[in-house]
Amino acid sequence: MSDSQPNGGPHVVLEASGLRPRSLAAGLAAAAVAVVAGLTIGPVDIAAHRVALQLLDGLPGLTIDSGLSDAHAAIVEQIRLPRVALGLLVGATLSVSGATYQGAFRNPLADPYLLGIAAGAGLGATIAITSNLGDGAGVFDAVPLAAFAGALISVTVSYVAGHLGGRSTASLILAGIAVASFLTACQTYVLQANSDAFRQIFAWILGRIATSGWSEPALMLPYFVVTVAVVLRYRRALDVLAVGDEEAAALGLEPRRIRLVVVLAASLGAAAAVSVSGLIGFVGIIVPHTVRLAFGSSNRLVLPLSVLFGGAFMVLADLAARTALAPAELPIGVVTAFLGAPFFVLVLRTSRREIW
Amino acid sequence: MTPAVRVQDLDVTLDGTHVLRGVDLAASTGEWVNIIGPNGAGKTTLLRALLGLVAFDGEIAIDGLSDRRRSARARKVAYVPQTPVIPPGMLVADYVLLGRTPHRGVFAAETANDRRIAAGVLSRLDLGGFGERTVQSLSGGERQRAVMARALAQQADVLLLDEPTTALDLGHQQDVLELIDALRRERGLTVIATLHDLTLAARYGDRIAILARGRVAETGPPADVLTVQNIAEHFGASVRIVDDPEGPVIVPTTAASAQNGDQP
Ligand SMILES: Nc1ncnc2c1ncn2[C@@H]1O[C@H](COP(=O)(O)OP(=O)(O)O)[C@@H](O)[C@H]1O
Ligand SMILES: [Mg+2]
Repeated sequence: MSDSQPNGGPHVVLEASGLRPRSLAAGLAAAAVAVVAGLTIGPVDIAAHRVALQLLDGLPGLTIDSGLSDAHAAIVEQIRLPRVALGLLVGATLSVSGATYQGAFRNPLADPYLLGIAAGAGLGATIAITSNLGDGAGVFDAVPLAAFAGALISVTVSYVAGHLGGRSTASLILAGIAVASFLTACQTYVLQANSDAFRQIFAWILGRIATSGWSEPALMLPYFVVTVAVVLRYRRALDVLAVGDEEAAALGLEPRRIRLVVVLAASLGAAAAVSVSGLIGFVGIIVPHTVRLAFGSSNRLVLPLSVLFGGAFMVLADLAARTALAPAELPIGVVTAFLGAPFFVLVLRTSRREIW
Repeated sequence: MTPAVRVQDLDVTLDGTHVLRGVDLAASTGEWVNIIGPNGAGKTTLLRALLGLVAFDGEIAIDGLSDRRRSARARKVAYVPQTPVIPPGMLVADYVLLGRTPHRGVFAAETANDRRIAAGVLSRLDLGGFGERTVQSLSGGERQRAVMARALAQQADVLLLDEPTTALDLGHQQDVLELIDALRRERGLTVIATLHDLTLAARYGDRIAILARGRVAETGPPADVLTVQNIAEHFGASVRIVDDPEGPVIVPTTAASAQNGDQP
């Protein structure tokens, strides 16, 4: 053989897919741009370099004069920064959860709401609002708590019902659809009986990245950390699951156990995101697919890049939501679909990569 | 000597259908056993039972395997399925590296050694330049070789092949079967394969087992098992058997020639 090496073996370079420095840099750059835009743009425009100095000043042990007035410094640190942080956390969590669901169910249409999270959270919030338990403001209000409980209960019921029905992922998806329909019917019934709460419930469903200080991002942070840590740990296992349960088992994996772990982790994060920000649709589908189209299909890169691009996308969507009709705010679910859908069609048209 | 694979009194019931009934089969280390039989005889089910993918009664022993964990079994037994799932968007390089999963563990990255092994099997299967292509984009025969490459990258002692040559042209059929034959001589690989081409089964197998209606009907050297009577009985086919120095050649006969009575 002409191409054989002195040591005898054929000289073939074989690289596995993975997170390349260039794609990681692109993701970090997107997140950085979104953060800077989110901090500087608003009713008062604040220069980016002053924002940067102000943030450095906030670090322990550093004292830097950013030149910002106290009022502007407060806008950056107490209003915009928590909101940007929440956007990053919610967007990253919903995107990585969606990517996980798509991998675990081998289904491009799977999103974090597949197993009834949206319907469960919606019913929980509706019951809390109509019983006047809370008004949806504040983290420890009854509305997010009820939404969180509803989301987790519906995922659990779907999982149990799906496994009773059979071993396939299809039976699990069908169970999720049944549970979601049932809970949506319950929600409609409660709504019918309390039509005066309709506006408030509708506003909750459309979603928002609203903060009162740091309590929302602080609440979201642990769920984000758990979800991302578990799901990223399983990124290679999810690549093996792509050949189906039977072949994955023949390769030495326990597919059902892996699916249970990653779906529970993704659901926990999605439930937390929904309870803090309402039902923000579309992010969990378009961000992972855009990453696949741009960088490749391996979960080794799709999962970490979904974290970065998902966070960036949500911060920018929130920026559009609060500036487009300022001082009024658009519901963020409207913005994610309004900006996200045309963008996604454009990516679909221009990418030549086969993803599904 | 303990056989590499021993199946005793194996019973499998799938959804109320009694698919395998009292199957006995053994393969010694380095042996190549071909399982032939009509469609629906239970060949695939037998291989799936060997992989621990279906529940069974009876006994299956894989030499050197006492650990019941899936990963331990996957280091011992590799599998080329009859209809592999083609993962959307996956690159051929990543696909072949999946074969290293039982060695590296689910959470670990592949090593340079894993990449070297995967590159080696790819080039031995004529897929050297295909690493950056997606599996989806391969032709049927290239896909079948990619699946074979993944199984060979597993470097298991026992190789289970479910109709591994059906999508291949004659040249690649020979290449793949010759490669497996060479590996079994080099490494003492034990091969259990299902094949539809009876002439190829005679050429490459040490032994043939006919599986019919969930039982092993006949087993033995190709020349003993591949008789006109056995093939008529178990396949419902009328054939003529031509003796060739390398083994029997199975030639289908037409109804007209059968009436003319040119059978010996
Ligand atoms: N999951 C299943 N449930 C019920 N019957 C099955 C199942 N899988 C296979 N069978 C039946 O078992 C028999 C043997 O199938 P298989 O092992 O695939 O045969 P072969 O590979 O020899 O063509 C067939 O009759 C098939 O219909
Ligand atoms: Mg079969």
